[in-house]
Amino acid sequence: MGNSNLTIGKTNLDTFASTLIELATLDREVLVVTSDSRGSGRVTPFADKFPEQIVEIGIAEQNLVGVSAGLASAGKKVFVVSPACFLTARALEQIKNDVAYSDHPVKVIGISAGVSYGSLGTTHHSLHDFAVLQAINNIDIVAPADNFETSEVIRAAIHHPRPIYIRFGKKVMPNLHATDVHFEIGKAIQLTQEREKYDVALIAIGETVTPAHLAGQILEQKGITSCVLSLHSLRPFDEEAVRQAAERSKVVITVEEHSVNGGLGSRVASFLMQARIFRPLHIVGIPDEHTITGSQTEIFNHYGISADGISKTAFDLLEKGK
Amino acid sequence: MTTTSTHPLDKQKILGLRRKSILYRKTLLEMIYRANAGHTGGSLSCVDILNVLYNHVMNITPQNFNVSDRDHYIHSKGHSVEALYAVLADKGFFSYDLLDTVEKYKSDFIGHPTRSVFGIEQNTGALGHGLSVAVGMALAAKRDGRSDRVFTIMGDGELTEGSIWEASTSAAHYRLDNLIAIVDRNTLQISGPTEKVMSMEPLEGKFSAFGFAVRHVNGNNIEELTALFEKLPFEIGKPNLVLAHTTKGNGISFMENQIQWHHRVPTEEEYAAALSELEEAEKKLEEPNGQL
Repeated sequence: MGNSNLTIGKTNLDTFASTLIELATLDREVLVVTSDSRGSGRVTPFADKFPEQIVEIGIAEQNLVGVSAGLASAGKKVFVVSPACFLTARALEQIKNDVAYSDHPVKVIGISAGVSYGSLGTTHHSLHDFAVLQAINNIDIVAPADNFETSEVIRAAIHHPRPIYIRFGKKVMPNLHATDVHFEIGKAIQLTQEREKYDVALIAIGETVTPAHLAGQILEQKGITSCVLSLHSLRPFDEEAVRQAAERSKVVITVEEHSVNGGLGSRVASFLMQARIFRPLHIVGIPDEHTITGSQTEIFNHYGISADGISKTAFDLLEKGK
Repeated sequence: MTTTSTHPLDKQKILGLRRKSILYRKTLLEMIYRANAGHTGGSLSCVDILNVLYNHVMNITPQNFNVSDRDHYIHSKGHSVEALYAVLADKGFFSYDLLDTVEKYKSDFIGHPTRSVFGIEQNTGALGHGLSVAVGMALAAKRDGRSDRVFTIMGDGELTEGSIWEASTSAAHYRLDNLIAIVDRNTLQISGPTEKVMSMEPLEGKFSAFGFAVRHVNGNNIEELTALFEKLPFEIGKPNLVLAHTTKGNGISFMENQIQWHHRVPTEEEYAAALSELEEAEKKLEEPNGQL
């Protein structure tokens, strides 16, 4: 890992849970709906404090999302909380029809996303959620990078007029942002100093923004400039931020805790090609194979979703371009 | 769990509802004939239930549709949308002219219910969704201390969807006696008799075991339907389940219990024959002691 002076926060999951308590204190219409997931979702304190504002559905994800749509249609501000792997696969038709198509502004919260469950294996991984939800219209998609982004997106979600999917993991996260940074759904946040030209654009989403940021620091020590973007919103997609980062850089690298097919990398590549911004591009993510066994960190390291892996990818891509 | 006895409802009221049932059949058949598409058999089997719900049971009108404190309806068997369009047009939710656009390019009136059509509360079409959404709506009403009731009609073929049983579990768990789930038990689905495709009987035993208060009714009999729904909730603290025994294609002799009429469109001759049967039925209604 690169040298870093980042302070350590808590998990995005805990940030989500404490932010919800804050919001529910102010608004009795806030409802949490769970699938025997109150412990996994850290919402047991919420349930104890607001027993009238939690709905338990049991392990039945299809019903979980259908009921959430019904509650939202009756004016409730519904956060449906369940592991991302089950929520976006088992209940995909309910997300598609009862939430997105029906335009019910449910806040779909995918916990322990990506490979957070590590060695529990593929049944518990969500490496497909960006892909499937990007192919369904009328649902925004956000993966916050750190505690600040998590707290901000949950606050914004309360009044968000459209369905929204928010996913995060359960490991302790460093604080990437100063607290005076502006957060807005659909607007990327640049972590590096703004310049006219960069060697490399590092565009990352969710909890892979940290290794991208650390990779940027390694590169900087070697005299390589980078534009590190936290592109927390896959939809709405911040075309202007991506356009500018790519136009000002020699190469583009995307980083995500998701399949290399159909996620951030595919979205960025598709946008840049159609905008006629041609740059060498590499998608860092989980390749199209049976995912290796290991902890989340081991899986990240194995597939180069690490400061060292990303910086090496940058060196290689820049070298190829010479 | 017995069939309800007939209720001494005002004879004029019953006669009025029977006239509506004939009107709705004419409207939906014209719709399907003109659109050259639709689910004829299933619309004809559930149209009497919709008639009684909208004209006698539920307080849903164009005037109160935009407030939450009223009854609610979800058409879980979304493919039979033509029956719903026929009832909503008569209730004044939209003009009859708009029915000329059913399934036409750029029309809001697609082949399944959507909220783009005024009067329709939930988008449906994929089976096994309506009951869960109804549970959410009924639960919200309970939590808010409102007396709203939530009605939904499901197809009997739809009952093989696992999500129906997930939803049933939660309806009983939350003691949703303001939820009324109605099964259009016409015993036919697209590829054959429901019990041959996948046997689901005993439905009464299954739904009872899941915690519903179950009642049987002839779902094409106006008097039985009106009498039954006056007894809501059937049992305090239990969700209500109506096994509405119907005939697929009901009201048109050559469509009744014929599997091909699941989504067959009448030819010009068949359409004319169907209309003349309905006109005959209308005449009979006006006779002394007239019956549908």
